[in-house]
Amino acid sequence: MSVDVAQTVGDDRSEQPDPASGPTVLVGDPYAAGSDPAGEQVFTLAGGDWDEIARELSRNEGDSPEERIVVNMGPQHPSTHGVLRLVVETEGETVTEVRCGIGFLHTGIEKNLEFRNWTQGVTFVTRMDYTTPFYQEVAYCLAVEKLLGVEDQIPKRASVIRVLLMELNRIASHMVCIATGGMEMGALSAMIFGFREREQVLDIFEMVTGLRMNHAFVRPGGVAQDLPPGAVDKIREFLTYMPTRMKDIEALCNENPIFKGRTENVGYLDLTGCMALGMTGPVLRATGLPHDLRKSQPYCGYEDYDFDVVTWDSCDAYGRYRIRMDEVRQSLKIVAQCLDKLEPGPVMIEDKKIAWPAQLALGGDGMGNSLDHIRHIMGESMEALIHHFKLVTEGFRVPPGQVYVGIESPKGELGCHAVSDGGTRPYRVHFRDPSFNNLQAVAVMSEGGMLADLIVAVASIDPVMGGVDR
Amino acid sequence: MSEGNLPEPNGNGNELPQPLAVQAAEIVAVRHGMFGGSGTGGDTSGYGRLVRVIEFPGQSPRPYGGYFDEVENELFGALDEQGLAPETAIEKVVVYRDQLAFHVRRAHLAQVAKTLRDDPALRFELCLGVSGVHFPEETGRELQILVPLLSISHNRRVQLVATCPDEDPHLPSLTGVYPAVDWHERETWDMFGIIFDGHPALTRILMPDDWPGHPQRKDYPLGGIPVEFKGAQIPSPDQRRSYR
Repeated sequence: MSVDVAQTVGDDRSEQPDPASGPTVLVGDPYAAGSDPAGEQVFTLAGGDWDEIARELSRNEGDSPEERIVVNMGPQHPSTHGVLRLVVETEGETVTEVRCGIGFLHTGIEKNLEFRNWTQGVTFVTRMDYTTPFYQEVAYCLAVEKLLGVEDQIPKRASVIRVLLMELNRIASHMVCIATGGMEMGALSAMIFGFREREQVLDIFEMVTGLRMNHAFVRPGGVAQDLPPGAVDKIREFLTYMPTRMKDIEALCNENPIFKGRTENVGYLDLTGCMALGMTGPVLRATGLPHDLRKSQPYCGYEDYDFDVVTWDSCDAYGRYRIRMDEVRQSLKIVAQCLDKLEPGPVMIEDKKIAWPAQLALGGDGMGNSLDHIRHIMGESMEALIHHFKLVTEGFRVPPGQVYVGIESPKGELGCHAVSDGGTRPYRVHFRDPSFNNLQAVAVMSEGGMLADLIVAVASIDPVMGGVDR
Repeated sequence: MSEGNLPEPNGNGNELPQPLAVQAAEIVAVRHGMFGGSGTGGDTSGYGRLVRVIEFPGQSPRPYGGYFDEVENELFGALDEQGLAPETAIEKVVVYRDQLAFHVRRAHLAQVAKTLRDDPALRFELCLGVSGVHFPEETGRELQILVPLLSISHNRRVQLVATCPDEDPHLPSLTGVYPAVDWHERETWDMFGIIFDGHPALTRILMPDDWPGHPQRKDYPLGGIPVEFKGAQIPSPDQRRSYR
């Protein structure tokens, strides 16, 4: 016998339980009366003491009291990190089987990309994993630049700005992870602190790119715009107060007996499991393996930065939390080095066949078209107008071939497989999203544990459904 | 592994012949005209007779450079030891943009992957997924997958490429070698209709279970509606002018 338990608390279509008379067990599904395709009985529960419910169920069923229950958690459950559906089989409070249902946020980004030019593609990929927009942008641009064969021509300043934004983004992403993970365990202060710190990073993003997310700021060939005046000062200010803000979270969580009790030895996945399941990022580093693509296969000039790969050897959710906190500290270190490395120079590739013809300029009504550029193409140079028109409407051509580029996103290896057929549009772009891959480990991490630990295990992977479903 | 099994990097003649001859690049399309427009309008530019051949990189000449030669030698040697001639298993080796790709004949995909994983000199422990591509014009090899592998031990990357025709969209599943590809193969089935033989539960993953068709295939329309402006209309993205 398996039982579907529909949660009908507060549902006005079912009978309200009378607290005095014990649990109410309704035989049959009020939403699908008469339908019983699998020949299984459907019960509707409305809260109550579990022992009594079990007794009631077994009385109705008339055989031995089996407590195996299949619960559909999500896709709209506050603790499943977005629209993730978990089909959980439980015995009492022990999870015996978990399956993930994904795809609720599938928006066909990869298909849409094939109908826009290469530069427009950035606008799509930034929307995949919405907590790490810059990582998708950089992975995509590195892939396009590799196909073009122009990796060496990317200006130094553009690479530094990319690293700067990526590391700030890592801080924001880890903060969201700790905030939502804490919230799912009931640590609401961690949530408040995490989102407060993330907000500071988003303020910087807003100042630099104009948007808090979905930036489309990194472009093939460089970045869309130079840093605005005041941005460096704002980031320096952030660097001064962020370490103390982190202490708030660490003082709250690191040695908190409840926090440790909820996370230690929870979501256990050792190195063998990580290798088999293709796990990367904090989950892999929590097994003690210092694997970080920024160190092992540097891109964007990461070899010039001084930072450490953080590891922990507990293989559990607590280790992943500690790794994320320490990585934020390392990211702050990299951001500080980025600011020192910023030297005046172009932020877009020299090659006029690839580079976007103009940057934006500050006008009376805010950021907008560069009037100088418009004057140039409309009044001075017919060739410049033709060039602008060709590049903006048609785009640049990319030589045929395919490449795979992997970078270290906060969640693990983010891969971009780009195929060109020599046209002005991507022939196929596929993203290997770390969350998509890592979600496969939910079952291994949580089967045999408590239902409450399942939530912690999912949170420790830090899946973002926008990236998982794309 | 004996040294005799290793193919000579430069093919001196007295040793084993090079298993894979340098092949010409693979022509995937021929395009006419200068602007790549796809319309049928008359050519008033005079450039209509320009011919552009679109070629995908073919077998690369040795030596490839970097660690690529060593990986190839080790892989070919290990396959030889298992009694599988490298020429049978590997169709071609392509080095493009500093990336090494083994184009594997589909029957031997799992064995090549297992060799790459287990051989101590190769040790590609991590499989980073499966990514499909649909080339409707390449008869007999319309569907292609790319499997990126990463060796943390040696800090190396290779890619496996395998193809299958549209009439027989079957490829062997790699789940037995790399359990990580479970969802990736489901996604590739969902999006391209490639059936991975031996996969434990090949079901749709991103699209609903009863969805008709495989959205990432080139013959699957994007859909969309025209964008309306006041007094103007822009066609939906798949109806707009494209430049090839």
